[in-house]
Amino acid sequence: MKKVYVNEEWCLGCHLCEYNCALANSGESDMVKALKNKKIYPRIRVEEKDDTSFAVSCRHCSDPLCVKSCISGALHVTDGIVSIDYNKCVGCLTCVLVCPFGAISKGESGNVQKCQLCAENSCGSPACVQGCPNRAIVYEER
Amino acid sequence: MSKYVIIGNGTAAVGCIEGIRSRDAKSEITVVSAENTPVYCRPLISYYLEGKTDLDRMKYRPDSFYADNGCTVLYGRKAVSVDNSAKTVILDDRSSLKYDYLCIAAGSSPFVPQFKGLNTVKNKFTFTTIEDTLALEKNLDKSSHVLIIGAGLIGLKCAEGIAERVSEITVCDLSDRILSSILDSECAALMQKRLEENGVKFLLNDSAESFDTNTAVMKSGKTVDFDVLVLAVGVKPNTFLLKEIGGEVNKGIIVNDKMQTSIDNIYAAGDCTEGMDISFGDRRILAIMPNAYMQGHCAGVNMAGGKERFDKAIPMNSIGFFGLHAITAGSCFTEEQGGESFEEKSEGSIKRLYFKDGFLTGYMLVGNVERAGIYTKLIREKTPLSEIDTDTMKKKPSLTIFSRDNRRNSLGGTV
Repeated sequence: MKKVYVNEEWCLGCHLCEYNCALANSGESDMVKALKNKKIYPRIRVEEKDDTSFAVSCRHCSDPLCVKSCISGALHVTDGIVSIDYNKCVGCLTCVLVCPFGAISKGESGNVQKCQLCAENSCGSPACVQGCPNRAIVYEER
Repeated sequence: MSKYVIIGNGTAAVGCIEGIRSRDAKSEITVVSAENTPVYCRPLISYYLEGKTDLDRMKYRPDSFYADNGCTVLYGRKAVSVDNSAKTVILDDRSSLKYDYLCIAAGSSPFVPQFKGLNTVKNKFTFTTIEDTLALEKNLDKSSHVLIIGAGLIGLKCAEGIAERVSEITVCDLSDRILSSILDSECAALMQKRLEENGVKFLLNDSAESFDTNTAVMKSGKTVDFDVLVLAVGVKPNTFLLKEIGGEVNKGIIVNDKMQTSIDNIYAAGDCTEGMDISFGDRRILAIMPNAYMQGHCAGVNMAGGKERFDKAIPMNSIGFFGLHAITAGSCFTEEQGGESFEEKSEGSIKRLYFKDGFLTGYMLVGNVERAGIYTKLIREKTPLSEIDTDTMKKKPSLTIFSRDNRRNSLGGTV
């Protein structure tokens, strides 16, 4: 299955992936309208230390701890994508407690959010990959 | 073809069914369900009262789950005994079920102390099932004064769930702090403040001694008038089925890391069990939903002839009240026990990390709980601190604490 991977040697630490992610999941088409003066809720996060930087998003584990631990039955796997049923999520954060990548976070509306490979928005393919200026983030089969 | 029988129809049972079906698509699975309802998300009962979910959304699995997995569910039936030599389970209607492999996933039951005069109280409820919840709901209105005995996870989630629906809530507990099983005094005080700001009153270091109709007399001599009483003192594992046939039982049914009990062909999973807590180095009851699922799954795989070990069990909880979250995991050793700790505090937020013998063994986070799972991973996987950047780790959980090679494997490959 194709997933989002980051090649940390190529990451510039520009954080564009965070903005593109937040825009893609905002339902808006204009970045200024969607993000200016707002707290953004990206599902991919750039980590930085010294001269290292890299982006982290859900790994769509084949044996996902978050799905096994979800107390509301909201997290599930569909076609290999670890997905959230927002209708069922109550925002208990048990998935935040168990995700070994720290890839699930509190969302804007009280429930949690995570990368769903842009499968549930209108992007078609992951916005973080499309917008990465140095091709540090790729969407491929490994 | 094997015959599988599962006693219980909660999260551990679902794990067991899915574990069996990962290896054995055909054999018969029979589920004995004391409750008259398909599996639902038990911890969501307080969210139901709060209006954050409803009976339909609370379903843990789709309606077609049992049919899709070829399971027969016997609703409203209880197992009364097991005959391990004949390999049968006897039910409360005197029928019996043959098994080749049995999984006891019978959960726990509310523990209700024998308070003097409790029988004079008309509106009293426990709070662990949907049936309890619906009964409690019927007896609540805007004028209700509710007394909750027990300031643990169950009692306090109940308080949060009904806060907008009643006039007054008092929670009492013998302990000097709330959530005493997972939080220390300072963390508990922060959480208590949030609950108090939302109208919940507390009587700590004190508990009910006796009841007379609508009045509780406390150990301190105080009296509390109430219309509705919720008994949330604690739960006890349902172990009798195995105990009666001489299986090894302590507080819970003893299981190994394959979820086998001491009796051949009988497995156990979920809140009725007691297994190894690797952060503590000894057996404990870990009555939490993630463990129930994982234990159930492990039991199911092994019942179906596979080889799975669940050897990463630790206590872990994520709980929030009125928007303030706490996440805790592992074991917190004191200095006398050879432990060290690290703490960081800011307005409305506390972080405590506990270390022992070169490992992170436990943590408590209140307020800022972001990316707590990275800490949980260090505990579950017993990652030596010598392999990570501990100073950075103390500041915040991040993947920069690992070496580049480690990261290349974990982020770059398939997980």
